[in-house]
Amino acid sequence: MNHARSYPAFLRDAVGVATDGGWPFYTWMTLLTALALVGVNAWAQQVVGGMGLTAMSDHVSWGLYIANFTFTVGLAAGAVMMVIPAYIYKDKAMHDVVIVGELLAVAAILMALLFVNVDLGRPDRAWHLMPGLGRFHWPVSMLTWDVVVLGGYLLINLHICGYLLYTRFLGRRPEKRWYLPFVMLSIAWAVSIHTVTAFLFSGLGGRPFWNTAILAPRFIVSAFVSGPAFIVLALQVIRRVAKVPIPDAPLHTLLGILRVTVLLNLFFVGSEVFTEFYSGGSHTASASYLFLGLHGHNALVPWIWTALAFNSVAAVILLSARAKSQLWLADIACALTFVGVWIEKGMGLIIPGFVPSTLHELVEYMPNELEWRVVVGIWAAGLIVFTLGIKIAVEIFAGRMRHQLPAAEPDEPQAAGGV
Amino acid sequence: MEDASRRTTLKALGATLGAAAFARAMAPLAAWPEDLSIDELLQRHYKELSRDDMVRVLRRLEQETLDQYGAVVTIDDVRPIPEVQFGYALNLSVCVGCRKCAEACHVENNHDRATNQSYIRVLEIKNGSVDLAMGTVDYDHAVPKKGRSYMPVQCHQCDNAPCVSVCPIEATWKEPDGIVVVDYNWCIGCRYCEAACPYHARRFNWHKPEIPAEEINPDQAYLSNRVRPQGVMEKCTFCLHRTRKGRLPACLEACPTGARVFGNMLDPNSEIRWVLENKRTFVLKEDLGTRPRFFYFFDK
Repeated sequence: MNHARSYPAFLRDAVGVATDGGWPFYTWMTLLTALALVGVNAWAQQVVGGMGLTAMSDHVSWGLYIANFTFTVGLAAGAVMMVIPAYIYKDKAMHDVVIVGELLAVAAILMALLFVNVDLGRPDRAWHLMPGLGRFHWPVSMLTWDVVVLGGYLLINLHICGYLLYTRFLGRRPEKRWYLPFVMLSIAWAVSIHTVTAFLFSGLGGRPFWNTAILAPRFIVSAFVSGPAFIVLALQVIRRVAKVPIPDAPLHTLLGILRVTVLLNLFFVGSEVFTEFYSGGSHTASASYLFLGLHGHNALVPWIWTALAFNSVAAVILLSARAKSQLWLADIACALTFVGVWIEKGMGLIIPGFVPSTLHELVEYMPNELEWRVVVGIWAAGLIVFTLGIKIAVEIFAGRMRHQLPAAEPDEPQAAGGV
Repeated sequence: MEDASRRTTLKALGATLGAAAFARAMAPLAAWPEDLSIDELLQRHYKELSRDDMVRVLRRLEQETLDQYGAVVTIDDVRPIPEVQFGYALNLSVCVGCRKCAEACHVENNHDRATNQSYIRVLEIKNGSVDLAMGTVDYDHAVPKKGRSYMPVQCHQCDNAPCVSVCPIEATWKEPDGIVVVDYNWCIGCRYCEAACPYHARRFNWHKPEIPAEEINPDQAYLSNRVRPQGVMEKCTFCLHRTRKGRLPACLEACPTGARVFGNMLDPNSEIRWVLENKRTFVLKEDLGTRPRFFYFFDK
C-alpha cells in the first residue's frame, strides 16, 4: 500500500464527507459557523480594544473564559470513561462506539486551548509559551505543566482517532501495536490533564477557596460526570439523526458510571462545604459569598443553588428504577448534571476564588455580552469539530467512505449518508 | 452529472460566503498593527538582550512614546547596585491614611489617568484589629478618623514570591537587589501572577494607558515606570529608576508623617536596619511563607 497516495486520498475524501450532507446537516453547520464567527468578531474587538472590554477587573482577574477552560479540560478527561470500559474491561459494545469519546477528547481539548488563548492579554506573544522558542518556566510553573499535558493529550488522541479512521478507510484491521499503547497512555494522561488543571488553582496559598487538597479529586470526579453525560446525549443524537444502529448497552454502561460519579461529586462538594463552614473564620468568606452571599453581595448564589439542585435531581433520577427502562429520563438527568457541573466547576469555582479579594475587598463579577459571545463562539467551534469528526467516522464505519484502488477512478463522489 | 456540478457550485458559493464572513468577523484586527511593530513582535526576553540590543529597544520605546503620547522621554536600563538589598518599613503608629503615597505613585509611575491607578492601596481598619476583613479602601472622609487606623499595602517584593513561581514564561523575576520586576515586552497577559499574589499588588493593563503628554514623567526605566503597553502586568518596583540611583521611592518622599523607611538592609548604619533591629515589626500574612521585604511596625 502506498501511503503517499492513499493518505491524501483519505484527507480529500474526509473533506468531501465533511462538506456534504442533507439540509439538516447544512443548517446545523451554518448555524454553528455563524455563531463561531460572532465569537471571532468579539475576540477581534477584545484584542484591539483591550481586555477591559470584558467585565473582568484587577479584583476578579479571571472570569467566564477560565471557567469554561476548566470545564472543557474536564470534558476532555471525562471522555476516558468510554475508553476504560472498552479497552480495560473489553466491553465489546463500548468498543464499537469508543471513537465518539476519543473525538470528544480532541474537540474538548481544542476548546480548552481556545479558552486560554482568548484570555491572554497579548495573544501576539503566545509563542513565548512554546518550549524551545520562548522561555518555558518548567517545572516550576504549573501553567507550563498544563501546556505539556494538554498538548500531549491532544496529540495522543489525534493519533488514535486518525490511525483508527485511516486503517478502516483502507479496509484494514487496525494493528494493536500502533494504537493500544497510545490508548493506555491516554487513560493515564486523561487523569493528568485534570489533575494539573486543579493544581493550577490549589497550589495558590493566597487563595484559601482554591487552596484545598480535595480540589484535584473533585475535578476528576466531576469530569467523570460531565464527560459521560455529554457522551450519552451525543450517542442518543447520533443514533437518531445519523441512523446508526447503536445498541443501548454502552448507554447503560455510561449511566452506571454516572450513578456513582454524580453521588461522589455531591459528596465531595459536601465535604468541602462542611470544612469551610464548620471551622469558620475569614477563610470561609469566599464560600459564604458563593452559597449565602456576603454583606449584600450575592450574584453567585442563584448559580450555585441551581447547580446543586440540577446535580441532586439528576442523582435522584439516575437512581430511580424507571431511568433504567426509560432512557428519556436518563437523558434529562444527563442534561441537568452537565449544566450543573458546568456551573459548579466554572463560575462556581473560579469567581469565589477572587471574592473577596486578597485584601478582603468585595468586588463582584458577572460576564458581559462580549464574553458570552466569545464563549458561545468557542463552543460552536468545538461542536463543529465534534460534528465533522463524528460524520467522517460514521461514513467510514458504515463502509461508505472507503479507499478506491487507483483503477476505480474515484472522481464520482460516494452517495452521502443523511446526517 | 448536472446534479453533481450544481452541488459543486453550491459548495463553492458556500465556501466563498464563509471566507467573506470570516474576513468580516476579523476586520477589527486591522486596527491592531498601529501599535505593533515587527521589532516588538520578535523582541527577545530582557535577559537575552545584548547591550546593543537593549540600546536599540530603548530608542525604539522612546520613539513609540513620542509617536503615541507626544512626550519626549528618556528610558534607561537601570541595573541593580552590587551589595545592596532593598527593604521597606512602614510605621503604622503614625500613618494617617492621607493616601499621598498612592497619589505620588500614580504620578511618578505614569499610571493610567482614567482609572486613577496606583500600586498602593490604603486600608482603613477599626482599632482593635489588624484583620484585613475589617478594613475598607473606599473611605471618603477627613483623616485620621477617630477609632480608625490605616494600613497602606503595596508589593512586598517577597523573597519567596508566588507571582514569580507561577509565571509560565519567566516574564517576572526577582532582581539581585530583591526587587520583583516585569518585562512588559515579554509578558503574555495570562494574569496567573495576579491570581497568585496574596497582597493584591499586581495590576493588569486592561486598556492602553491614557496620560496627557505634559503629565508624563520623562525620567523612565525599562523595568519600572515607562508607559506600559496594553494587555500586560505591572507592579511596584520600589521606584527602581530612582532608588538604584540613590534616591528614595516617590511614595516615601510624599509621606507627610514620616511613616515610611526605605534603604539598604545590608548597610549597618541605615535607618531601615535600625528599624528592623529595634522595632516591633511584622509582615502581612506571614503564615503563607512568602517572606516579604516590606515590614510594618509600631512605635510602642
